[in-house]
Amino acid sequence: MNPFSSGTRLRDMIRSIRACKTAAEERAVVRKECAAIRAAINENDQDYRHRNLAKLMFIHMLGYPTHFGQMECLKSIASAGFPEKRIGYLGLMLLLDERQEVLMLVTNSLKQDLNHTNQYIVGLALCALGNICSAEMARDLAPEVERLLQFRDPNIRKKAALCSIRIIKKVPDLAENFINPAAALLKEKHHGVLITGIQLVTDLCKVSTEALEFFRKPKCLDGLVKTLRDVVNSPYAPEYDIAGITDPFLHIRLLKLLRVLGQGDADASDCMNDILAQVATKTESNKNAGNAILYECVETIMSIEDNGGLRVLAINILGRFLSNRDNNIRYVALNMLMKAITVDAQAVQRHRATILECVKDLDASIRKRALELVYLLVNESNVKPLTKELIDYLEISDQEFKGDLTAKICSMVEKFSPDKIWYIDQMLKVLSEAGNFVKDEVWHALIVVISNASDLHGYTVRALYRAVQTSIEQESLVRVAIWCIGEYGDMLVNNGGVLNIEDPITVTESDAVDVVEIAIKHHSSDITTKAMAMVALLKLSSRFPSCSERIRDIIVQNKGSLVLELQQRSIEFNSIVEKHQNIRSTLVERMPVLDEATFSGRRAGSLPATVSTSSGTSLNLPNGVAKPAAAPLVDLLDLSSDDAPVPSSSGNDFLQDLLGVDVSPASVQPGTSQAPKAGTDVLLDLLSIGSPPVQNNSTPSDILSSSQDNKSSVAKLDGLSPTPSGGAASMIDLLDGFVPNSPKPEDNGPAYPSIVAFESSSLRLTFNFSKPPGNPQTTLIQATFTNLSPNVYTDFVFQAAVPKFLQLHLDPASGNTLPASGNGSITQTLRVTNSQHGKKPLVMRTRIAYKLNNRDVLEEGQINNFPRDL
Amino acid sequence: MIRFILLQNRQGKTRLAKYYVPLEDSEKHKVEYEVHRLVVNRDPKFTNFVEFRTHKVIYRRYAGLFFSLCVDITDNELAYLECIHLFVEILDHFFSNVCELDLVFNFHKVYLILDEFILAGELQETSKRAIIERMGELEKLE
Repeated sequence: MNPFSSGTRLRDMIRSIRACKTAAEERAVVRKECAAIRAAINENDQDYRHRNLAKLMFIHMLGYPTHFGQMECLKSIASAGFPEKRIGYLGLMLLLDERQEVLMLVTNSLKQDLNHTNQYIVGLALCALGNICSAEMARDLAPEVERLLQFRDPNIRKKAALCSIRIIKKVPDLAENFINPAAALLKEKHHGVLITGIQLVTDLCKVSTEALEFFRKPKCLDGLVKTLRDVVNSPYAPEYDIAGITDPFLHIRLLKLLRVLGQGDADASDCMNDILAQVATKTESNKNAGNAILYECVETIMSIEDNGGLRVLAINILGRFLSNRDNNIRYVALNMLMKAITVDAQAVQRHRATILECVKDLDASIRKRALELVYLLVNESNVKPLTKELIDYLEISDQEFKGDLTAKICSMVEKFSPDKIWYIDQMLKVLSEAGNFVKDEVWHALIVVISNASDLHGYTVRALYRAVQTSIEQESLVRVAIWCIGEYGDMLVNNGGVLNIEDPITVTESDAVDVVEIAIKHHSSDITTKAMAMVALLKLSSRFPSCSERIRDIIVQNKGSLVLELQQRSIEFNSIVEKHQNIRSTLVERMPVLDEATFSGRRAGSLPATVSTSSGTSLNLPNGVAKPAAAPLVDLLDLSSDDAPVPSSSGNDFLQDLLGVDVSPASVQPGTSQAPKAGTDVLLDLLSIGSPPVQNNSTPSDILSSSQDNKSSVAKLDGLSPTPSGGAASMIDLLDGFVPNSPKPEDNGPAYPSIVAFESSSLRLTFNFSKPPGNPQTTLIQATFTNLSPNVYTDFVFQAAVPKFLQLHLDPASGNTLPASGNGSITQTLRVTNSQHGKKPLVMRTRIAYKLNNRDVLEEGQINNFPRDL
Repeated sequence: MIRFILLQNRQGKTRLAKYYVPLEDSEKHKVEYEVHRLVVNRDPKFTNFVEFRTHKVIYRRYAGLFFSLCVDITDNELAYLECIHLFVEILDHFFSNVCELDLVFNFHKVYLILDEFILAGELQETSKRAIIERMGELEKLE
């Protein structure tokens, strides 16, 4: 009885579903059908089981839940007849997958069916096993499949071969059992069995070196070469013919296996040279099938051990591909040239103009490939023309392509710029054209470079002033511009440091303030921009005394801002302008030159996305395809996801530690603040809080960048810094430090024993406690750091974090250099307020960073041994 | 290897979906939606390849139907394009002049043909005749 022709009910259901005019109608029909099927399942209706399963499959395909039918599949598989089994297995493959527990129940039925006398039933079982088996089933059923590799019917042999692939992918340990039977398949004449056999051998070689060695032996390899030769030279075979070529799929599988065998083995590569040359020269290239073979052949030639002649042949084929009118062919050419560039960069450079044209193609797939390739082609000698081409194209490119394009342009400009002025020029072009697509790190880097190019300050600030007039909507450009106007505004107005290539320009003081005012009022400006504008205004108020009043008015406008950061800046800056005229000019001095080395050091780790996406690394990837690692997605489509990989989050752990639920971040006191002129420095730091790049400058405060593994988290912290709370908190602390009115510790309270809070082989930290009179909640801790090693520690920074019920304030440390072997110490005062005084003891997490022989060291610990009652 | 095969019409209705990697149902729907979005509006002159997450989709349009294969990034795109065409030829031969409705009402047969053509994400048979003959034998058993 045929479940689909005897009853018309499946057809009826499909018809009635197709007749539905609205989604609601469709849902109603499906609901009714599902109810009927469920009722039938409950009654254990055998007659219509297969029909119901078929209907469920259709319903499943429409996207409705059908899990209630899973057991029906198993029952259907367990029944005796072929039609029932067939629909049962079909349902099994559609409605279940390897991760469902139910699947285990089917193992026994599968085992019986694999040993069934009816070869069609064996075929069904093999098919199901190959498509959905789990690692456990693979172990259980591998012997059956192995045996079936020698079955008399070729249909079973080829199914068993593909099934074996799934098994060895799931359980690589089983690979060695399959080597001999797989080798036997290579001698087959039946194309189906041969092609699956070759595929099995290819996968065996990937999971097992033993297999790889075995198949590399001349007796196997020569056989394969001969098979390929026979296929290439075979006469017309209508059954396998595609566009005049006999079985191109078999060609391609053979070439792929040869590649696996020849890679890294000179002898094996030698064996296949002749046949590869034959394929490369003789294959017809006017149809897709022929090109597919040529493409595979080129890849094999590029991957096996070097043979100069063959590689020239291969690159010529790619050259022909590149000028092909078919987009598909050009796409694969670009793809393969990426691989060829490691082999013969000169040959690829010859096609530069064509590749550059491909960057401007309408097809996003081609554009993306071409851009990656152009990026690999850049060197010192061609960076200028290539950059110009790409920047010109940036103007007219699609919005969705601009992100990729700017990232690549910025990266190549940074890497290969011959001089600073060219770098600045190009970056300004990119920022004015696509500033909104530029990553933060890129404009941070630009500011660092500008700060270091003292002879170009005037030039840059004028160029930015011009650019910002026309591109006010590009936020990154605006940020760089207001930073520079804040710092170098005087040079803008009095034309300081004019280069002879510049057009003269007249800017009044009020024009310069205009720019900043527009930025602060522009609707699209975000808080970072506004905060930076605020700092720029403060700086200008001292540089342009004539505009002082107007600047104060602008600053005051934000005193009611709902954003704490802006409100605070507004009020504090206002009071600086108003009340502290005598110290203002010292406060707002120009930023010291930012340290390029530190910045680029920390960037290297925190910026994989833009810089290294395809720089060196992509060359090592298979096929040269650079992929930003989208971690969860990678696993998503992976076969082996029942071995569920745990997303690694080492970087995040650290963040959770610092910002975790039970631990609130405490203040960080950079060691610099103890340097001479402490007041000014603190304020300088204070003024720069909202602008992350600026923050990066003072080396000692750069603690977080010191250790390699934390770099990713640094980036995240950076990202956090402009948030109102973070910025504001540190600001308050810094201000406290500036006003030195902290009471001297007095020993009036009860005495507490000192503790060794932290001790490692290299460092000891001791705490002495005292209580200020009349305030039992507060404890003053005198921290003393002693160096136990024979080397001096520099850039020493101590950080601490406490749970929410505690409040922590760190005073500046007595220094940032710790002499060797305990010949001196650093002291630092901590003030802790315990809101749960008497109920909970103190607890603290610490992090100590310093440089040892210029190497960054980081020590972390938790302090639990505080005396009680603190 | 082939991660999944989708057969969708222009409206995005799935006519066949075969996954060779385990995915949650919700994830499957998302994948089907995204792949449809990717391929449906592409100019016919464009390449038949689109990058999809960390893999790539090789697709080809026949009348109102899109055949999409999701394969590894290192796989031979041109070969899979040929593979789609061979599959369509087999369907065409089997249903003699196949149209979308054939595939809707006989979806279970389409799955059976596919199972004779591709298994475990790899090509199983390259001869159209062999597959048609095999289908004939299987039909007789019903």
